[in-house]
Amino acid sequence: MDSAVPPLVEVVGATVRFQTETALSGVDFRMYPGEVHSLMGENGAGKSTLIKALTGALALDAGEVRLNGTPVRFRSPRDAQRAGIRTVYQEIDLLPNLSVAENIMLGREPRRYGAIDWTRVRSEARAALAELGLDIDPASQLSTHSLAVQQLVAIARALSTEVKVLVLDEPTSSLDLDEVAELFRVIRELKQRGVAILFVSHFLDQVYEICDRITVLRSGSLIGEYRIQELLRIDLVQKMLGRSPGEVTTRAPIAPAEKRAQTVLTGTGLTAKPGITNANIELVEGEVLGMAGLLGSGRTELARAITGVDRLDSGTLTVTATGGSPKTPREAIAHRVVYSPENRRTEGIIDRLSVEENIGLALQAQNGVLRRIPPARMRELAASWVEALGIRPADLDRPAGELSGGNQQKVMLARLLALSPRVLVLDEPTRGIDVGAKVDVQNLVGELADSGLSVVFISAELEEVLRVGHRVAILRDGVIVDTLASDGLTVDSLLALVAQPDENAE
Amino acid sequence: MTDLKTAATTPLGSVLAWLNTFRSRHASWIPVFAALLILVVMFGFAQWWFGNFLSPRLISALLLDNAFLLILAVGMTFVILTGGIDLSVGSVMAFTGILCASLVSQGVPAAIAVPLMILCGAGVGLLIGVLVHYFDVQPFIASLVGMFLARGLAFLVSLRSIDIEDQSILLLQSTRFKLGDWYITPTGIIALVVVIAGVLILQYTRFGRTIYAIGGNEQSARLMGLPVARTKILAYVISGICGGLAGLVLTAYQGSGYPLNGTGAELDTIAAVVIGGTLLTGGSGYVLGSMIGVFVYGTIAAFIAFLGAEQSWKRIIVGALLLVFVVVQRVIVTRSSRRS
Repeated sequence: MDSAVPPLVEVVGATVRFQTETALSGVDFRMYPGEVHSLMGENGAGKSTLIKALTGALALDAGEVRLNGTPVRFRSPRDAQRAGIRTVYQEIDLLPNLSVAENIMLGREPRRYGAIDWTRVRSEARAALAELGLDIDPASQLSTHSLAVQQLVAIARALSTEVKVLVLDEPTSSLDLDEVAELFRVIRELKQRGVAILFVSHFLDQVYEICDRITVLRSGSLIGEYRIQELLRIDLVQKMLGRSPGEVTTRAPIAPAEKRAQTVLTGTGLTAKPGITNANIELVEGEVLGMAGLLGSGRTELARAITGVDRLDSGTLTVTATGGSPKTPREAIAHRVVYSPENRRTEGIIDRLSVEENIGLALQAQNGVLRRIPPARMRELAASWVEALGIRPADLDRPAGELSGGNQQKVMLARLLALSPRVLVLDEPTRGIDVGAKVDVQNLVGELADSGLSVVFISAELEEVLRVGHRVAILRDGVIVDTLASDGLTVDSLLALVAQPDENAE
Repeated sequence: MTDLKTAATTPLGSVLAWLNTFRSRHASWIPVFAALLILVVMFGFAQWWFGNFLSPRLISALLLDNAFLLILAVGMTFVILTGGIDLSVGSVMAFTGILCASLVSQGVPAAIAVPLMILCGAGVGLLIGVLVHYFDVQPFIASLVGMFLARGLAFLVSLRSIDIEDQSILLLQSTRFKLGDWYITPTGIIALVVVIAGVLILQYTRFGRTIYAIGGNEQSARLMGLPVARTKILAYVISGICGGLAGLVLTAYQGSGYPLNGTGAELDTIAAVVIGGTLLTGGSGYVLGSMIGVFVYGTIAAFIAFLGAEQSWKRIIVGALLLVFVVVQRVIVTRSSRRS
């Protein structure tokens, strides 16, 4: 470790306890100016806790934070921000009801004679957006923009002040390749300026591309700090999981499904404006159909169309076994076609209900209000799913909102699987969750397909789509361009198909 | 997404482009325009029905009769914008009114009694704000506490009405600044000043923008480093101050304080604010909208008075209008969230 330059930020002996649980125990951490530092660890390793302690959202029970060698105590995020520490959180923490410009400048609006000078607000916001190459109307309401754009606005906000330490918590989860490249360009510029950057991400490729240093946490303790060149990916994964690589059974490429398997669902000419146009889709028993496409290509829209969430403008959808054509989610569930939404926090999990209640929700809804599932049965059901899917912490009464992303996804899956579906549509199930849980979900999908379920797997990670899917449907601009067997494809060839501009484009 | 570059070349295209920009920038004004439209339609209909509805005298009276409601609505807007609600305003109005009347009738000069009554209103607001923020009590319950407290205090001051003899207070109502047939009283001016202050604070101060932020997402506002605690409590204090001012205006209007004043006024206030386009979930709405809502309310009352029908119809019509507005708001909100 270089001793020439002193660390900009240092955390020494950090300990945080939540009632009986120790989230962090004696963790040391430091960031040097002009360096990108990555914090790695599984679900529950203590990453978010450490970040919250660093940014003033949480107080340490023991240990201290030092800025330029002097101990500081942050009583609120405001204190940390005044000290030059800015954070961009994974769940976009901006205000949807205010304009883009206001979100960027909130709390530091330029004033004239005591009143906010809106002209300067808009011009300074425009400058901040331009630095990120974002060409959007600063006066427009934030909620009118996609999640990807909102994420970039969050980053623009963090950059618009004198920042000494920039914390990026899963900044690329909603971004496409171009946007990621733009973000990395900005990060490199900040490095030149001497800013210390904390980059937390589950995309190992990105971590290895942009970071200089890695700190690994496991179960609240520090495993070690390494320079990126000194740590092989496989060693990193091993340190994060505490298991040898062989035990982490990543699924081998799927063998092609047997010919003449039973069709479970067919959709012809499906159109739901403006998302998808004239899509033909066929789901087969025991098969995982991957959906690949850029942001806005219609993957989510297609998923919502075949599960009755969105209304079709035209086209027919038929569930083979029943001959029915579901038009609402309730009907779809009755035909045993279920959907796990992209936005698990706002459209999936109910934060305040317990894990048990979340798991039993769909089943109870199907039974109706009058036929209550006996509490003992419900508990048993929930407990069996918690065990089967490895949901941690295995506390049935904990509010689901307190679980990590990966475990929330597992709860969502448990809820859907409790309905004994025949078609399972998963929209970005592994987004924002760590390596261990990702692998768990991928393995689970494979096992479900093996036992006869038909699964639709939507993901922005092409490598994952290829690994998990038997066939891949390629979407572009709301049209299914092609459906190919996955063993004939590589990530590069899939990328080319997904990104290729239409010959007939205007 | 529409390709704005090619679309703007046709006149229809440029109108659509303008509409698109308008909708992405000012979607929250749409319910306010709807309220304004309803007001205009109501005026038009009443004028057609009665023939002499729209007169300077009536419109001036509209402000005069509803000045207290207008002041309450400004304060309520602040609270509702943060996602809360204040059920105490009617009782605070009554309490501060009877307190003022009592003090003044005992010889305390108005110059002391009036600031004191406003301070009391602020005090109740402070209590509610502290309950809501530091004790995490739901605003509904916390303000209910304020409501019972204020009502009880009003009865403690006096069980019967107290007439005001003090000229300085009575003058607030009786002085009329005339311009032809139009007139305005100091109470009307007070109400308008409160409205203007509300608009300026919400639009041009950090405090005002923080109010919108809290209504949008309190958690985000806190993480952004905004002074959430201070702002939320201050919103309730402002509502309390408005309660005190409304007490002054109502007492001047009636010429006396009465402990049973304002029963149900908080509900009328909330109705006016909602009709004016402020979302009950917080984060969206304007003081000007609430003002329009108050005028809608007042016009309905005037219409019914003209008809000679029972005043109970007022409440029924307001209720029906409220239902329509809430449904329309839901449609607008679902539409715009679908879009994004």
